[in-house]
Amino acid sequence: MDAEAAKYIGAGLATLGMIGSALAVGNIFGNFLAGALRNPAAAAAQVGNLFVGAALAEALGILAFVLGVLMIFG
Amino acid sequence: MAGPIEQFEVKPLVEFGTVNVPVLGEQVIAITNSHVAMTIAFAVVVGFLGLATSKNAVVPGRMQAAGETLFGMVDNLTSSIIGHDGKKYFPFAFTMFMLVLAMNLLGMFLTFTATSQLAVTLTLGLISFLTVVVVGFVKNGLGFFKLFWPAGAPLALRPVVGLIEFVSFLLRPATLALRLFGNMLGGHVALKIFAQFVVQLGAVAIATGGIAYAFFGVAALSLCMTVAMTALEFLVAFLQAFVFTVLTCIYLNDVVNLGEGH
Repeated sequence: MDAEAAKYIGAGLATLGMIGSALAVGNIFGNFLAGALRNPAAAAAQVGNLFVGAALAEALGILAFVLGVLMIFG
Repeated sequence: MAGPIEQFEVKPLVEFGTVNVPVLGEQVIAITNSHVAMTIAFAVVVGFLGLATSKNAVVPGRMQAAGETLFGMVDNLTSSIIGHDGKKYFPFAFTMFMLVLAMNLLGMFLTFTATSQLAVTLTLGLISFLTVVVVGFVKNGLGFFKLFWPAGAPLALRPVVGLIEFVSFLLRPATLALRLFGNMLGGHVALKIFAQFVVQLGAVAIATGGIAYAFFGVAALSLCMTVAMTALEFLVAFLQAFVFTVLTCIYLNDVVNLGEGH
């Protein structure tokens, strides 16, 4: 296989890691909504935790994306 | 047409010639577009806070209310996360927050985003990390290493867990930097790609004619997507500054209240 072609396939495979992060972020927001609808009074205080959790989960997907970008342009 | 990645190129605007640095070799000294973006961010922060505090009133005006909201938000963060000692670390957290926020938001208005450069975000991450290390050693002395000794774990597992804790501690600046960098890079690349669809599909529709006029519909969809993503990017710009500050506070809390079992 051509090295150039392998690079693009590798970059595509690397971005598959973002699937996990998509599931994780969806899970966090879904659970937050489920909890918030049960007890709306307590929801406002947890928004900060929500975004920190989402950012932590998202970071790993971003890592996969950066790896993919590095493979093409690095 | 410029590719989606070219907006992140650092270009020299004013060159001052080259200098021979001992380890790094020949280096070009220049004012770059990255430099200009960061300077504008600095000027915006100082100008905004200067304006916000220039006419202090008991009933705040518009600018003062905006400044007080940002101030109060970070103040609330430091005191709720770090606790009693939070006030001492507020200036650091607020500086970080305002600078990152200004650089992120200016990226939406200028052609260049300073926080989409790994060098910039890694520097910010290292500043935050080194502050945590220095504060940890100053406050706890060698007791700082208790941070890696999980007292709650079974004795046989402690070295293993401690090693994992240590490695994840060392990775903190990298994750802080990559999160900010990746979010900014990814958002702007996606924005540019969707914006390109509008122009390219429109050009194809006009050049081909006939059935290809259907591409105008796809171009219109891409335009809607670009508008929606621009709104999302403003949210992300704020959110990433917020997250950066919250994580810095959490890391500071680890060493400030070491062994108090939060």
